[in-house]
Amino acid sequence: MATIDLRGVSCPTNFVKAKLALEELEPGDRLELLLDDGEAVKNVPRSLKGDGHKLLALQETAEGHYLLTVEKGEE
Amino acid sequence: MAEQQVKPSIDLGNLKAGGFIKERGKDLFTIRLRVPGGRMAVPRLKKIAEVAEKYGGEFVHLSVRQSIELININFKHFDAVVEELGEADQKVASCGARVRVPVACGGCEYNPNGLVDTQKSALEVDRQLFGTPTGHHKFKVAFAGCPFDCPKSATNDVGFQGALLPKLDKEACISCGLCAKSCTPGAITMGEERKPLLAIDPCIWCGDCVKVCPTGAWEAKQTGYNVRIGGKWGRNPLVGTLFATFLPQEQVVAFITRVLEWYREKAENQGRIRLGDIILKEGPEPLLERLRQSFPDSVVAETIPPQIINTQIGSGR
Ligand code: SF4
Ligand code: SF4
Ligand code: SF4
Repeated sequence: MATIDLRGVSCPTNFVKAKLALEELEPGDRLELLLDDGEAVKNVPRSLKGDGHKLLALQETAEGHYLLTVEKGEE
Repeated sequence: MAEQQVKPSIDLGNLKAGGFIKERGKDLFTIRLRVPGGRMAVPRLKKIAEVAEKYGGEFVHLSVRQSIELININFKHFDAVVEELGEADQKVASCGARVRVPVACGGCEYNPNGLVDTQKSALEVDRQLFGTPTGHHKFKVAFAGCPFDCPKSATNDVGFQGALLPKLDKEACISCGLCAKSCTPGAITMGEERKPLLAIDPCIWCGDCVKVCPTGAWEAKQTGYNVRIGGKWGRNPLVGTLFATFLPQEQVVAFITRVLEWYREKAENQGRIRLGDIILKEGPEPLLERLRQSFPDSVVAETIPPQIINTQIGSGR
């Protein structure tokens, strides 16, 4: 599973980058996104859900960032 | 007011509800257009541009309450302006002691935060109550789609704010923790077996938990409007206070109608006085009691009077 580092990328650019990365995948494929605390972790998951993707897990890293696991939804 | 300025050759009926405002220059008026909720269909916008170009100055003005105002209109052209705008179903707004055009944010149709259909509510209120004389002073209504409240609903005579009461289905929860992370007021903590716990006190009913939850474990137990009454801005600002929670959307017009009835009665012989100032005199209980009769499920048990904002200039109240 690939990991996209979106730390330091502000809203909504982080969401658009995640969206572009998901476009490369097939439905059912998974992707990890590394997100900043604060606005990013509040907004990006919700927007991905709104686009029809499946949110699977959220983990806090030792440095206080967040690792979101997403499964690409059907087109 | 416009009434004294015009000659009898003009259709005075057009001027009754107001919306024609005298400008500095001789013979010139501003015409305030009726744009409930700030939604402007593109064909109407084109017609307004056409009329503004033909009869107005070099610009229009976008008012704070979401209206388009035509500037520098000569009073001789009132009838023509009204008629030509009417071709695109564009009407003139009101001023004076009346129910004004309601303000609303985009609501839930395309705005990701919206919890209720504010646009529908604004249109309904506009259709049924716009221009109703209050007998005392202006009467403003606003609709916000969620507790972020971009339209500042509590600065209106009656302000509506969309709200959602969340409910958890523990079985459906996959313990991802996204809800706790998304809840800005910190109402959700991850408890035993990594299932969320809701502390109802800090909850502001924003619905963010429902929106992020990937499995639908959080759902809406109730949605509706939180209603604040008695707000106004201007010389002596007041912030309205909470009179009802989760008022069903289809009861909005009936609710405002009850408030108006009470206002008309209580302000009798008190001249030009806003609703909030009447509540300050009477205390909030009589109005609460009146509303409770019609909306027992939504009206709160108790509230506080409108909150006075200290502007620090003038001795005021
Ligand atoms: S009040 Fe809420 S729904 Fe309305 S514009 Fe603001 S954030 Fe969006
Ligand atoms: S409705 Fe908003 S404030 Fe209440 S628990 Fe959900 S996210 Fe938190
Ligand atoms: S977001 Fe939904 S699934 Fe995730 S912890 Fe909260 S309730 Fe459970």
